[in-house]
Amino acid sequence: MQPKQSQNPNSRLVVKLVGVVFGMFAFGFALVPLYDVFCDITGINGKTNETAVTYSAPEVDTSRMITVQFITKTTAGMPWKFEARTETVKVHPGELNTVEFYVRNPAIRDIVGQAIPSVSPGTAALYLNKTECFCFNNQPLPSGQEAVMPMQFYVDPQLPEDINFFTVQYTLYDITGTSADVTTESAE
Amino acid sequence: MGLLKGTIGTLMSMFVSSAVFAQSAESARSDLNLRQGVTEISSQVYDLHMLMFYICIGIGVLVFGIMFISMFLHRKSRGVKPANFHESVKVEIAWTVAPFVILVLMAIPAANTLIAMEDTSEADLTVLVTGSQWKWHYKYMDSDIEYFSNLATQREQINNKFSKGENYLLEVDRPLVIPTGQKVRFLITSDDVIHSWWVPDFAVKKDANPGFINEAWTNVVEPGVYRGQCAELCGKDHGFMPIVVIAKDPADYNAWKSEKIAAIEEAKAEEERLLAMNMSMDDLMANGKKQYLAKCAACHQPNGEGLPGVFPSIKGSSLVLNDKVGHIDIILNGRAGTAMQSFSKQLTLSEIAAVVTYTRNAWGNDTGDIIQAKDVFMQANGK
Amino acid sequence: MSSATETLKHDAHDDHHHGPAKGIKRWLLTTNHKDIGTLYLWFSFIMFLTGGAMAMVIRAELFQPGLQIVDPQFFNQMTTVHGLIMVFGAVMPAFTGLANWLIPMMIGAPDMALPRMNNWSFWILPFAFLILLSSLFVEGGGPAFGWTFYAPLSTTYSGDSTALFVFSVHIMGISSIMGAINVIVTIWNMRAPGMTWMKMPMFVWTWLITAFLLIAVMPVLAGVVTMVLTDKYFGTSFFNAAGGGDPVMFQHIFWFFGHPEVYIMILPAFGIISHIIPTFARKPLFGYASMVYATASIALLSFIVWAHHMFTTGMPVAAEMFFMFATMLISVPTGVKVFNWVATMWRGAMTFEIPMLFAIAFVILFTIGGLSGLMLAITPVDFQYHDTYFVVAHFHYVLVTGAVFSIMAAAYYWLPKWTGVMFDITLAKWHFWASLISVNVLFFPMHFVGLAGMPRRIPDYALQFADFNKWISIGGFAFGLSQLIFLALLIKACRKQGEPVSDQVWDGAEGLEWEIPSPAPYHTFDTPPVVK
Repeated sequence: MQPKQSQNPNSRLVVKLVGVVFGMFAFGFALVPLYDVFCDITGINGKTNETAVTYSAPEVDTSRMITVQFITKTTAGMPWKFEARTETVKVHPGELNTVEFYVRNPAIRDIVGQAIPSVSPGTAALYLNKTECFCFNNQPLPSGQEAVMPMQFYVDPQLPEDINFFTVQYTLYDITGTSADVTTESAE
Repeated sequence: MGLLKGTIGTLMSMFVSSAVFAQSAESARSDLNLRQGVTEISSQVYDLHMLMFYICIGIGVLVFGIMFISMFLHRKSRGVKPANFHESVKVEIAWTVAPFVILVLMAIPAANTLIAMEDTSEADLTVLVTGSQWKWHYKYMDSDIEYFSNLATQREQINNKFSKGENYLLEVDRPLVIPTGQKVRFLITSDDVIHSWWVPDFAVKKDANPGFINEAWTNVVEPGVYRGQCAELCGKDHGFMPIVVIAKDPADYNAWKSEKIAAIEEAKAEEERLLAMNMSMDDLMANGKKQYLAKCAACHQPNGEGLPGVFPSIKGSSLVLNDKVGHIDIILNGRAGTAMQSFSKQLTLSEIAAVVTYTRNAWGNDTGDIIQAKDVFMQANGK
Repeated sequence: MSSATETLKHDAHDDHHHGPAKGIKRWLLTTNHKDIGTLYLWFSFIMFLTGGAMAMVIRAELFQPGLQIVDPQFFNQMTTVHGLIMVFGAVMPAFTGLANWLIPMMIGAPDMALPRMNNWSFWILPFAFLILLSSLFVEGGGPAFGWTFYAPLSTTYSGDSTALFVFSVHIMGISSIMGAINVIVTIWNMRAPGMTWMKMPMFVWTWLITAFLLIAVMPVLAGVVTMVLTDKYFGTSFFNAAGGGDPVMFQHIFWFFGHPEVYIMILPAFGIISHIIPTFARKPLFGYASMVYATASIALLSFIVWAHHMFTTGMPVAAEMFFMFATMLISVPTGVKVFNWVATMWRGAMTFEIPMLFAIAFVILFTIGGLSGLMLAITPVDFQYHDTYFVVAHFHYVLVTGAVFSIMAAAYYWLPKWTGVMFDITLAKWHFWASLISVNVLFFPMHFVGLAGMPRRIPDYALQFADFNKWISIGGFAFGLSQLIFLALLIKACRKQGEPVSDQVWDGAEGLEWEIPSPAPYHTFDTPPVVK
């Protein structure tokens, strides 16, 4: 970059500063995984575990009763009928529970759906452990078909004392043909 | 610094007396200041705002006062000789520490109010609030009541053809109704872009993020009509998606609720009746035009030509002209990844039939097709 | 510390003493810091008028309730492009232009350290803005998602011009990064013998810190616009919940850039004011060392306050508390600066020439912006202020009566040194008083409409806001017209119409730039001065 021969201190500094620039550009992208780590720790935005956990059979705390509310949504452009079979369930922390969700595809095309969970208050997300969930995978559903999708979970007994009620929302997206649609590879 | 503290002390007492005074007054919409609102939280927020305001005024008066005194006294035209001091560790430490102390004093009440605001536990009623371009949808979690809430101001008022009403841009067709004296919890989310649900009288403003839920709550003391607006830029009609909340005392609220549930039953029966019946082309066109202007024209424009590059034209569209099933499908189910949403919840079957008939026959789209409610019903239920 | 003497011998070979080339080639190919400074300053002024013209469209539409002049989609394009142009086209290049003109003269260097890169960093800028402005004419219109381009409005729901927007932001970013690297290398390696760190003029210090902020956060901006580009066109899901992304994450990354960006636009202003007030108070700057430390602490704190822009997005209480306290903390070093300026004036022997008038207006009006900023830091109340005209009032006080007034103060202060003639003082007085009055008519009532509940970025509003909006628009038109006086004055000054000035120009001015002849010769400090 420097035409003049005797500017070594300048070039050395320029190289360092350009290094900082590239480092910060990479840092911008590193913020993406860092943000997820941050969310996992603090429960920002109520993100839940994205893969199944195994039920560790903790001691069931029968002295507490937690109400879990389930809400379903479909986004604009997602025609499926999507309902929680159970709208609220009362559970003891540590107890394993199963709830079911019903879907039907009324559109004239086959659609691949993806459900995205969100928990409020966000901190409760850290204590909601899902051992089985339809939201872990893409859900393909041909035109006119219906299905019942299970979700199995337990509430960690460590759930803070002041939380005795929380809401789990599933938002269903149409991801047919997008890069998030992996049904072609992993035939279910 | 003693002077500073003294000033703040005086201001604090002024503030306390003014707060007492304000409490006896009716909560009114101010054109100059934050409103006190109608909940305990909103009046705490108001008090905090006034406290901050007076502290800022105090700091301003002090700093600018000294500056103006200096500008008057220490002018060259008065023949003064400039001093030569340029540092004083004591003074500098003082004016670093003093603001710090003031900040801590401000932070304590702020933190208390914040904790109270974010405590959404033990609500009496939960309402799911969903934003979409450019309307709100309310769903009561304890019953079947759910509906869209659209801007009710006429287009003609916005375009300066009619004179503007009292609640211009702050009126909706179906307001949210909540009971007074109960803790109402709002679960807030969005169908498309980020919106923000804001009712100033409740001091509630929460972003509606697509795919995520947020919580807020209120406990309204006084029955009344409270108005707000979407606060986050959400596209073309961001300025045209107001919020109206009617707070009714519990008895009136329950009456409203039963009436609403009865109306839902009735609408279902009416829908059944319409399914069995065939509408005439003229009726379908008239109703279709009405629905089109209300629901579709914001994007596709009243002339059906859309906005090039943003919203597609319906006039001459091959989907409309050639693909009847696809046409009904796109209105029923929307199209993923575009602004075209599903209208199956916003329009009844007969309204969808009317819109489809209208768009297939208006602006030179002369297909001559008549679509009946039962055609839509058959397709929606996969028959 | 030793680098200054080391550089000295490297610059000794620079002994060509020719004047500027003739014609257009002078400007296209120039590597002279004064020429490039002039280019930057004129470019930023043209952009200021362009962005201002868009503000006039906005204010004309908002003059009365109802939609009368533009449709809402175009209104959104105007607010978006107005913001982008003013931030990246007017304020930042103006500071870079001042840095080019002044830093070498202030530290006794013959030129910037990297003169060819200097030429490129300027000349890519007009292309960036040509691309941005041309996007207004493509089908579907230009960017309409606000200068903060929140996803998914800027990704899934944006128009086809988004790619043009992304490329133009990339080019602006590259230009600023090159400018910042140049400033750092120049200050690091090219100071005259005896110009130690703690003898550096405040403008040089604030710019050094600003340059570090720039190379730290402009790449993050480049990263986030790249993510917007790939989300929109290449199917990634950084900000799309359907693919496991999160739209709120966009705001975290954007404001990680965006908040330091705010200080990028104000720190050099602090430097300018710290030159002007001592000159006209005829008294040295009070608390030089604490000014340097305050600037550095503001810069460091600016990295941990970003989420105060996003209190309503739904964060855990603990996070809200943290960002509230950190934000309040930033007012301490900012307060120190204001107190230092007042103490500099105290017991001075003040005169009120045009640069001093702008500097005093800066101190008062910037402080008003700072105090409303303190109010905005208080999370529970911010829920009421957020995204209303109160915020619009706040950041226009900080950026217009803050950053822009400081740039005007700087222009008036150093213009006689650049041109060798005194500017037209009558025009300058008209410009100052007209701007001062109109800018307050323009922005002060915004506090009221904001508190009363008017959201920002709306093309039409409820009737209760009508009276104030009329006044705001009148203030806006008057402020816009006032800048034409400045244009006339600048043209006169550049044609060297006016009384010749002495080398020192102002009675109390101190620093290396006031020891060289007026107008400043094309090449200065070929032999480095020795600073005692």
